Amino acid sequence: MNANELTIAGARDALAKGELSAVDLTMACLAAMDAGTPLNAFVHLTPDIALEQARAADGRRGADAPALNGIPLGIKDLFCTKGVPSQAASNILKGFRPEYESTVTAKLFGAGAVMLGKLNMDEFAMGSSNETSCYGDAVNPWKVDDRKLTPGGSSGGSAAAVAADLCLGATGTDTGGSIRQPAAFTGIVGIKPTYGRVSRWGVVAFASSLDQAGPMTKTVRDAAIMLGAMSGHDPKDSTSADLAVPDFEAALTGDIRGRKIGIPREYRMDGMPAEIEALWTRGAEMLKDAGAEIVDISLPHTKYALPAYYVIAPAEASSNLARYDGVRYGHRAKLGQGDGIVDMYEKTRAEGFGKEVQRRVMIGTYVLSAGFYDAYYNRARRVRALIKRDFDLVFADGIDAILTPATPSSAFGLGEMASADPVEMYLNDVFTVTVNLAGLPGVSVPVALDAKGLPMGLQLIGRPWDEAGLLNHAHVLERAAGFVAKPQKWW
Amino acid sequence: MLDLTYEAPKPKVIAGAKHDWELVIGMEIHAQVSSNAKLFSGASTAFGAEPNSNVSFVDCAMPGMLPVINEFCVAQAVRTGLGLKARINLFSAFDRKNYFYPDLPQGYQISQLYHPIVGEGEVLVELAPGIARLVRIERIHLEQDAGKSIHDMDPNLSFVDFNRTGVALMEIVSRPDLRGPEEAAAYVAKLRQILRYLGTCDGNMQNGNLRADVNVSVCRPGDYERYQATQDFGHLGTRCEIKNMNSMRFIQQAIDYEARRQIAILEDGGKVVQETRLYDPDRGETRSMRSKEEAHDYRYFPDPDLLPLEIEQDWVDDIAASMPELPDAKKARFMADYGVTDYDANVLTAELDAAAFFESVAAGRDGKQAANWVINELFGRLNKQGLTIAETPVTAAQLGGILDLIASGEISGKMAKDLFEIIWTDGGDPAEVAAARGMKQVTDTGAIEVAVDEIIAANPAQVEKAKANPKLAGWFVGQVIKATGGKANPAAVNEIVAKKLGL
Repeated sequence: MNANELTIAGARDALAKGELSAVDLTMACLAAMDAGTPLNAFVHLTPDIALEQARAADGRRGADAPALNGIPLGIKDLFCTKGVPSQAASNILKGFRPEYESTVTAKLFGAGAVMLGKLNMDEFAMGSSNETSCYGDAVNPWKVDDRKLTPGGSSGGSAAAVAADLCLGATGTDTGGSIRQPAAFTGIVGIKPTYGRVSRWGVVAFASSLDQAGPMTKTVRDAAIMLGAMSGHDPKDSTSADLAVPDFEAALTGDIRGRKIGIPREYRMDGMPAEIEALWTRGAEMLKDAGAEIVDISLPHTKYALPAYYVIAPAEASSNLARYDGVRYGHRAKLGQGDGIVDMYEKTRAEGFGKEVQRRVMIGTYVLSAGFYDAYYNRARRVRALIKRDFDLVFADGIDAILTPATPSSAFGLGEMASADPVEMYLNDVFTVTVNLAGLPGVSVPVALDAKGLPMGLQLIGRPWDEAGLLNHAHVLERAAGFVAKPQKWW
Repeated sequence: MLDLTYEAPKPKVIAGAKHDWELVIGMEIHAQVSSNAKLFSGASTAFGAEPNSNVSFVDCAMPGMLPVINEFCVAQAVRTGLGLKARINLFSAFDRKNYFYPDLPQGYQISQLYHPIVGEGEVLVELAPGIARLVRIERIHLEQDAGKSIHDMDPNLSFVDFNRTGVALMEIVSRPDLRGPEEAAAYVAKLRQILRYLGTCDGNMQNGNLRADVNVSVCRPGDYERYQATQDFGHLGTRCEIKNMNSMRFIQQAIDYEARRQIAILEDGGKVVQETRLYDPDRGETRSMRSKEEAHDYRYFPDPDLLPLEIEQDWVDDIAASMPELPDAKKARFMADYGVTDYDANVLTAELDAAAFFESVAAGRDGKQAANWVINELFGRLNKQGLTIAETPVTAAQLGGILDLIASGEISGKMAKDLFEIIWTDGGDPAEVAAARGMKQVTDTGAIEVAVDEIIAANPAQVEKAKANPKLAGWFVGQVIKATGGKANPAAVNEIVAKKLGL
């Protein structure tokens, strides 16, 4: 076994025992990244920073080493990393190197983590297949025939890199499913924490009221370790919660006896593939076998979630992306004789933003405009409140966690959706967006391979701020599923 | 607080070619909050710094940067609301006003459209003794200022200075309660005075720290009363907004011009178009900036980066407990406690530090005399030299010392003026300076009698004239004072001259 194939927990133990050095571990990852170029997961490599951090980590090894000491991670391009290109996979931020470090990456490095480089993603985190990136598609390491498959999106590079053992873990961000869907498509674990658990400071904003960063890892335990290092109150983010961070790893007791797991009937969608439905049933049985009580529940407003999401998220995005105007940083179009400021804006933004981003900026601008605001934006906000209330009511009824499919299918082929209606792509988020709208924690756990041999995941949704309990449920599901499959190396 | 009784002023009437017209004016005042740091970032607000030196990552809208509310700015808005007797909203929220401009880095201004921090209040605007307009305040909200675009440094390029970007502003919105250019200017002056008393805005209009958007419409006599009775704006004319005025004089000129422009249109059978206009002080006219059709669609929506602002009543109460005495109350107190006139009370309370100066001079002394000296001698002299009260070379203690010398009869009013000049130039303790310079009024009647006898003896012809016409006795008084080097107490001289001449 190569060092880069270790889990975070495994590497931590090996480092602590002195069986491995952080520098060797980092070198193994850098070699795997080099070999993994065809996956197009890493888009900016930072080997110098990595080795420097690894050497520093080796100097800190021992009993009181910090939680992620010497652990090599990949960082989604959406996170601002000081002095390192951070461009949200967009041409409009070409060459942008922030003068500051995002709170999440600062915390990870403070916990001893090693940064290997920046990871591919959909442009401004808008997409479910990593096909809107200015760096080109990231590729799923899983493959069953000649076709290259999507690793999902928007955190496609993160998912591909972790699944292919290029790094031990990666940061992702999740606005409508961007951690959980790619995790499911690549057979890894991804958790979107409760809104406010992880600071958004220094993370390029997509939809501020929905964005949350979280870890993407090989195991639930790794997710618990990494989430602990990423979480915590940040006075620089007004939406960050001033709550103590529990010891998530210590919460992985494996005991869920007497816990109530809700199965929401509204998630049983028309035309749902039998395989997904069977997987869902099997997941429920696994939790039941572990002593949990399975309860049918209703979340009646679920069907309105996707339309509400695709009003609220673009509305916020249209405003959040207004700052990319060519005035202060990033791309500025070449101007012709006599061009004025409006020409500069129009040309810069037309050249800098890809099609999907332009589409969402236009949708967002439309739904916020005079005369349409109430019909779209305000109505969507009311729907959002109802969706949140659906969850509040079932949790008040004693439900501890909710089990749903993570995605409506396994990974599809890159380019396959190119000519489809954009709404087809948006349907990828159907099981995940409710969680963002309600601000809840949700985790995707790989459970089985489908008939084609591709990974499929289930989603567990937890009570607000109960990531500890949620991860424990995920841990039980992971153990019961015994998912150990790895993609066959073709790259 | 003492209530001032007043009557509402008559609205200004402009005679058109066909009818009489009245004006209806409402104002939006943008007041820069006095605070060392900006509304949502820790950057400094110091005026006059090198371009782009007071700019944080948040101010220039770097990717991933987030706003965090400055508690002090919120307290300042609350303090202002309390000063305008306004409702403080314990729940308020921030909205984004979206538009593209190079001096607006975020592409939106963070403001408070739907839930402002301060609700309805009022300002009493005095126009003459006993005549005042009560102006209703609709709301005050907090918002970010924009930066500054500079177009005249290079023929091909424009530059932007973000120092001002994100500085906290209070937008104070009035109801359409003002009825003439003078009232409008007086309203701005009164608001400015209150803000300066409160310490929530320095009121510096030249630096743009206090600017006004003025909404002007005209109507026929009687229409406004119909509006008042129904609160139906349909009774009023179509308004135009004159943006960004930062001089009281220009505000009056612009309103006057704009009203006459609208009247001319209406009397020609035309319609006033609702639009935003700019005042050109060089040409003395307003010009169209953009019409209603061209108006921006600002796409306001709640800022998802900021949670609603919830403040505690206890916190508001603490601020209320620390409120200074405001101009109206101070004026009433000055009139009651010091017996000063309405006019003098206005002059003395115009500025907080001048009022404080007056009070320390007047304490334990004759209030009216203190007012006369502070207003006529001190303020007159300061104005002549272009100095502020903070720069006065004569302290309150020194001026008080001079007044004490007058009160005890040690020096005459004339001597006191000379002494004031000496203290102004050289400083020193008035009593000591007077003594050192021998500035002592002679009240020793014996000495005066000697002097009077000498003058009478030397001027028999004058004596005869004065006996025939007692008014000429003044000549003897003058001669005596001259003979004593100005030291003789004029009251004593008067009395003795009259007696000796047998008048």
